[in-house]
Amino acid sequence: MEKFTQLDGLVAPMDRANVDTDMIIPKQFLKSIKRSGFGPNLFDELRYLDEGKPDQDCSQRPKNPDFVLNQPRYDGASILLARQNFGCGSSREHAPWALLDYGFRCVIAPSFADIFYNNCFKNGILPIVLDDATVDSLFTEVAGAEGYRLTVDLDAKEIRTPSGRSITFDVDDFRRHCLINGLDDIGLTLEKSDAIKAFEAKHQASQPWLFRQV
Amino acid sequence: MAGKTLYDKLWDNHLVEERDDGTSLIYIDRQLLHEVTSPQAFEGLRIAGRKPWRLDTNLATPDHNVPTTLKERKEGNAGIEDPVSKIQVVTLDENCDDFGITEFKINDIRQGIVHVVGPEQGATLPGMTLVCGDSHTATHGAFGALAHGIGTSEVEHVLATQCLIQRKMKNMLVKVNGTLVAGVTGKDIVLAVIGKIGTAGGNGCAIEFGGEAIRNLSMEGRMTICNMAIEAGARVGLVAVDQTTIDYVKGRPFAPTEAQWEQAVEVWSDLHSDADAVFDTVVELEAADIEPQVTWGNSPEMVLPVSGIVPNPAEQAEEDQQKAYARALEYMGLKAGQSITDIKLDSVFIGSCTNSRIEDLREAAAVAKGKKVAANVKQALVVPGSGLVKAQAEKEGLDKVFVEAGFEWREPGCSMCLAMNADKLGVGEHCASTSNRNFEGRQGFGGRTHLVSPGMAAAAAVAGHFVDVRDVLQAN
Repeated sequence: MEKFTQLDGLVAPMDRANVDTDMIIPKQFLKSIKRSGFGPNLFDELRYLDEGKPDQDCSQRPKNPDFVLNQPRYDGASILLARQNFGCGSSREHAPWALLDYGFRCVIAPSFADIFYNNCFKNGILPIVLDDATVDSLFTEVAGAEGYRLTVDLDAKEIRTPSGRSITFDVDDFRRHCLINGLDDIGLTLEKSDAIKAFEAKHQASQPWLFRQV
Repeated sequence: MAGKTLYDKLWDNHLVEERDDGTSLIYIDRQLLHEVTSPQAFEGLRIAGRKPWRLDTNLATPDHNVPTTLKERKEGNAGIEDPVSKIQVVTLDENCDDFGITEFKINDIRQGIVHVVGPEQGATLPGMTLVCGDSHTATHGAFGALAHGIGTSEVEHVLATQCLIQRKMKNMLVKVNGTLVAGVTGKDIVLAVIGKIGTAGGNGCAIEFGGEAIRNLSMEGRMTICNMAIEAGARVGLVAVDQTTIDYVKGRPFAPTEAQWEQAVEVWSDLHSDADAVFDTVVELEAADIEPQVTWGNSPEMVLPVSGIVPNPAEQAEEDQQKAYARALEYMGLKAGQSITDIKLDSVFIGSCTNSRIEDLREAAAVAKGKKVAANVKQALVVPGSGLVKAQAEKEGLDKVFVEAGFEWREPGCSMCLAMNADKLGVGEHCASTSNRNFEGRQGFGGRTHLVSPGMAAAAAVAGHFVDVRDVLQAN
């Protein structure tokens, strides 16, 4: 996993509540057996006017001029500003894979769906929860200034705006530690193998039926 | 000290280690696998040179991509016409064969939707922790099991370590008091709950469903409710164990037997919230107030009783809601003030991990019996949840009831719930669907989904538009 320490990035606004995982990456693209290549189909049904198909050359497809990411001013954005309950719906990790493949490393919203929030951390994306008023103010600032960028400092748990305003945010210590160091969860958990084995032995003794072969 | 909730008990029983910041390692008793969210996990194991921690506890079956027509199914994987779908199903077979994981392959009679197969086989047991790379894993909470939907990285993590990194959630109780009116089902309860608390209402919570109306439900009804906990934002739905649970589990292929059965039943008898347990949030509904429900928009919270009127965006309090409602009406091709019963249907889908079990099919067949699908309904599909559900339905003659009424009787799979196979809606088509999500494009590009119970879907198929299933049942 790529480390996340500090990000200075262009911000793209997605002014819509309850953006669901089907919207982020429609089901026909879940048939891939890879983790990469989902970027061209991020927000497919909002971004293009036709129906997307797997393995298609998206550069030739008609784009929806009204969709925010199709506006040239947001080309190269790496921070997505969003509304409440972002990422609701399915557990598909293809959603963060698509955001990452497109170039997003950070999503800021007043709230996230649980599974999506969790999936982001596994892929080097930082989801940041800020209160509604702060998110509103950022939407206003992005709309008002072309080329609007934010600096996200995970170590300091702080976002800095172009005007010098500092916004602090919260994130679990463990998740922060993993992101900053690009650590693989599995490797860390396997360091606890003895504790897992001890638990397992006790568990098997008290509920042996849970250890029947299926 | 206050007593424990069911969720507290399940959590405590599986806690391996808790870190200072609250991040915890919990032990996972069972993982269910399917073809969509597992290939990258197996690939990850291979790249890192890791082996599954426990082979004996993983159970796999292909469901999302499998075709449901007999023509394609007859030839097994070779018959899958979509080459991309085929690769995914074949990859699951190869991964399970390589690693030695039990899989019910495409034409095994035990194959089906993973959330139907687990309970049916007794692979889902009370008191266990269960995960699957699918958000509807919440279904298994109906057994008093702690079931989480997880992402692919977590699928790999559980395969490699038998543990999941979690933070404890908050406790929410949804209490449904009193008794349901005939013709009103678990599906209507859960849609009404989502309508009340919203799709983010359960974020960060494990929702326990309780109260007399829940206690009176069958396991199928409870599974339908827990299945859609995720549509209320909760990763986990739960129902306490009682005699209904135990009777359902007894004798299933992977259920404990003999002395272990007696021991298990004793352990399971504690799987309920203590009388003095404290919940962070309590929501109460009166069962008698719940009518058959129909969604009108593109979020499961956009739901109304069948007697309802499509809302006017301008009359909503919040600006966000005004915008969301206006967008939903435009996408759905509906007008404010229109009666729900005036919505005409092009398609009907009875199936999905929410409503494809035998009881769901019986409920739909009771309505469809001796009737005909309306001329304006171009396609009416019944897709059983598993090969065993299909066989049971055929034994009861339900397939004939459906076929005689003009429904198509299909092979088991996820089918048109998310249209990853060939079963999908056309642009602008309205579908009465027993599935769980009415998101834009979910059932096909430009498709318009209305979520309902199986009885409501069957009644709508016959009438060609929404009707109150209670009127149909009464007339019968």
